[in-house]
Amino acid sequence: MRVALFITCFNDTLFPTVGIATTWLLERLGHTVDFPEAQTCCGQMHYNTGYQREAIPLVRHFVEVFGAAEVIVAPSASCVGMVRDLYPRAAALSGDAALLSAVEQLTPRVYELSEFLVKRLGVTDVGAYYPHRVTYHPTCHSLRVLHVGDVPLLLLRAVKGIDLVELPNASECCGFGGTFAVKNADTSLAMLSDKMRCVLDTGAEVLCSADTSCLMHIGGGLHRQRAGVTAIHLAEILASTESEVE
Amino acid sequence: MKERAKNTILSRIHRAIANAPEPPPVPHDYREWDKRERSAIQEDFIDRLVDYKAIVTCTDDANLPQAIADACQWHGITQLVVPADLPTRWIPDWVTTLQDDPTLPNTVLDESSGVLTGCAIAIAQTGTIILDGGATQGRRALSLVPDRHLCVVRAEQVMGLVPEAITELAERATQPITLISGPSATSDIELIRVEGVHGPRTLHVFVVNGP
Amino acid sequence: MTPKALPMFPQAAKIALANSQLRRNIGKATSTIRNKRASVVSELPDWEALRAAGSAIKARTMRHLDEYLLQLETAVQRAGGQVHWARDAAEANRIITAIVQGTSADRVVKVKSLTTDEIHLNDALAKAGIRAIETDLAELIIQLAGETSSHILVPAIHKNRSEIRDLFCRTIARGQDLTDDPHQLAAAARRYLREQFLSAQVAVSGANFAIAETGTICVVESEGNGRMCVTLPHTLITVMGIEKILPTFQDFAVFLQLLPRSSTGERMNPYTSLWTGVTPGDGPQAFYLVLLDNGRTNVLADEVGRQTLHCIRCSACLNSCPVYSRTGGHAYGSVYPGPIGAILTPQLMGVKQAKTLPYASTLCGACYEVCPVKINIPEVLLHLRGEVTSQASPINPEALAMRQLARIFSSPKRYEQAQQLAQRGQRLFMHDGVIDHLPGMLSGWSAARDLAPVPKQSFRDWWRERQKGV
Repeated sequence: MRVALFITCFNDTLFPTVGIATTWLLERLGHTVDFPEAQTCCGQMHYNTGYQREAIPLVRHFVEVFGAAEVIVAPSASCVGMVRDLYPRAAALSGDAALLSAVEQLTPRVYELSEFLVKRLGVTDVGAYYPHRVTYHPTCHSLRVLHVGDVPLLLLRAVKGIDLVELPNASECCGFGGTFAVKNADTSLAMLSDKMRCVLDTGAEVLCSADTSCLMHIGGGLHRQRAGVTAIHLAEILASTESEVE
Repeated sequence: MKERAKNTILSRIHRAIANAPEPPPVPHDYREWDKRERSAIQEDFIDRLVDYKAIVTCTDDANLPQAIADACQWHGITQLVVPADLPTRWIPDWVTTLQDDPTLPNTVLDESSGVLTGCAIAIAQTGTIILDGGATQGRRALSLVPDRHLCVVRAEQVMGLVPEAITELAERATQPITLISGPSATSDIELIRVEGVHGPRTLHVFVVNGP
Repeated sequence: MTPKALPMFPQAAKIALANSQLRRNIGKATSTIRNKRASVVSELPDWEALRAAGSAIKARTMRHLDEYLLQLETAVQRAGGQVHWARDAAEANRIITAIVQGTSADRVVKVKSLTTDEIHLNDALAKAGIRAIETDLAELIIQLAGETSSHILVPAIHKNRSEIRDLFCRTIARGQDLTDDPHQLAAAARRYLREQFLSAQVAVSGANFAIAETGTICVVESEGNGRMCVTLPHTLITVMGIEKILPTFQDFAVFLQLLPRSSTGERMNPYTSLWTGVTPGDGPQAFYLVLLDNGRTNVLADEVGRQTLHCIRCSACLNSCPVYSRTGGHAYGSVYPGPIGAILTPQLMGVKQAKTLPYASTLCGACYEVCPVKINIPEVLLHLRGEVTSQASPINPEALAMRQLARIFSSPKRYEQAQQLAQRGQRLFMHDGVIDHLPGMLSGWSAARDLAPVPKQSFRDWWRERQKGV
């Protein structure tokens, strides 16, 4: 399959290893990865902060860049959530019927990485090896917007050598919420400290998630605490093999 | 003035919904009646009553008066408030009867040791007893003010699910209706459940099967 | 009269979060009720069908609200009750005060009603020399302490038992030898309130539901004070938001299942009272229904916001909200806290008066999952955020920054330039290989978290290099 990689502005700039891991993983599974270089940002931050009209040009740009792709995959549930759940509304807001139609044709082809692997490709064992104690944080977008269910856990359970521990209160929000972490810093911190306590209670060395936004938040907090827990994206675990152990 | 307020509000509403689309019809895909055996439904009813900390006595028509008499003895009930149309055979003869005809003052209700009524219908799913002011139930204050409520529920009055009960009640919709699901409770102090605040602190239910 | 602007949520939350007892109590309360709710909901195989029906019934109600209100008025009048219409809080208070004055009573007993809190009824009555006695245990506690509620369902959750004991010993149980055992405290309240119930001439209640078809009013409760108030006094006044109406009696089949399981996590609450107008010989002989607008028609006029009026005040959203369950209700600065408050208050008061409330959320969606009538709270929050920015000054710093970013992100060339700028500029904020302090608006982030530095090679740099090598 030809897969167009939607890297997300976040990963592109701050967490390129997530994109690298995604590329290696998909190639290892026998697919061809395209990277349309004109891609920029999906507009989620603008839309969610209330600047919905300002996001419209970003919607248009996304449609232009990815319109012709057979399938589009992103290692980010929140950005895929933006495209599938909110692009139709943004397009409706623009009053541009052609844009709305283009968006409606595009959205069924956009996948988050774990749902692409399991639901579209039917694969749960990707041949990964990761001998560490890991706990998984599900993220609000993957649970409640994309409804991926326990698909990431199916993938993780199949990883050789992994010691997967359940995270207490897993489905509770970590407190990132985009600009919420800045506008409501105290509340965000209270949510973060409870989430970190749950992570530490598992005794895991590694915290895993399908969204680097949550990872940046929880991982950043754990790092400030010198807690000795590494935060790593699902793609990076799945891309690890016996010949390239982290 | 009154007309002006009413007309203003109505015209505000009218303007607000002027271009609103007609919403889709209401789907009634929820369960409307309980398909199980009567015995299972009855078992649920008793189960739920016990769960709510009501006291339950299962009996039959013939033994009902004795069951009530035993209960009165056990609870120390010497004066019993009763609706005017309560069957006299239900009332133990050694108990002082306070019949609500003429209407009993609130202080008498407050000082009595209990009230005995029948009910209109009951719901097994939720352990609910429903009074609607009809036969053997009396007015609402009777089953509210005394500290103990003894209530007779006939097995055939027990319906399975909430929707069935509502359909039954709909015929008497404008009567004063009270749904009772256990004695009163509060969890307002540190979330600790305290049973018995204002309503009767003791609810004793007699579930009566046919003769 | 324009209402005063509410305190800013971030600042109010900061104060609330620093109160360890509140944080612990509200966390425990919300998680306890959350678990109870989950348990009783899982018992019902047709829960989703009930939610779908509830949502559809409410949508239908709003679409024909004027017809249903007229139907309700006729039915209540036919049953011997009187109906008043109040455009705003002041009008409602005037009407109610006049009714009470007409009875010569100097006090009224009250069943808990958020609607009466919304209109500040107690204060209005007090100005007319009428004492309003709260009879819900938690409302009584709050009233005696001179405070405000922190949770729709358990308003005194921020108080512990010894505080309540001290309060009672100072007020309603003077001279009594009380321990702090909750059973004893409840008994003290019972003794005090019993006197009030048995002698009160006038009661004021709210309404959980009102049936248009029959004129039936419904009050759902646990303690029995509701039954006392709507049964014993001679005069009953019910204040009701116009959105509380339901079309037919049969609709109880849906709502009397949705409400108890969603609010207290019970199969059914202890007492539900239904009455229609006046019944000779049983209960109040004078009944007045006051229908309240107070901004609800504004909410109704908003296509996206209209669903907010579907709310049945169960508080399931509060209990599942990760923000509310940490900050408590006071931080929201209004009668309606939590997720529903964050969308209802700005719409009732005007977005400008409550502009931080739509942002008091991470949009996690937990509220939408549990709402018994499927209000899409995240959707309304986003909609209101759009309203806030469109009403704000176009040259405020945030708006300028956002517009600039949108310009940058809409062009691949400008986007890549910005990436390079970030890679170079970050050195100012780094310390020992980690970004640990950020400027201005972003300082809230670095106060508690480290940020890994912007890598020298972005993903697209890596990709291009790899393409060259191929």
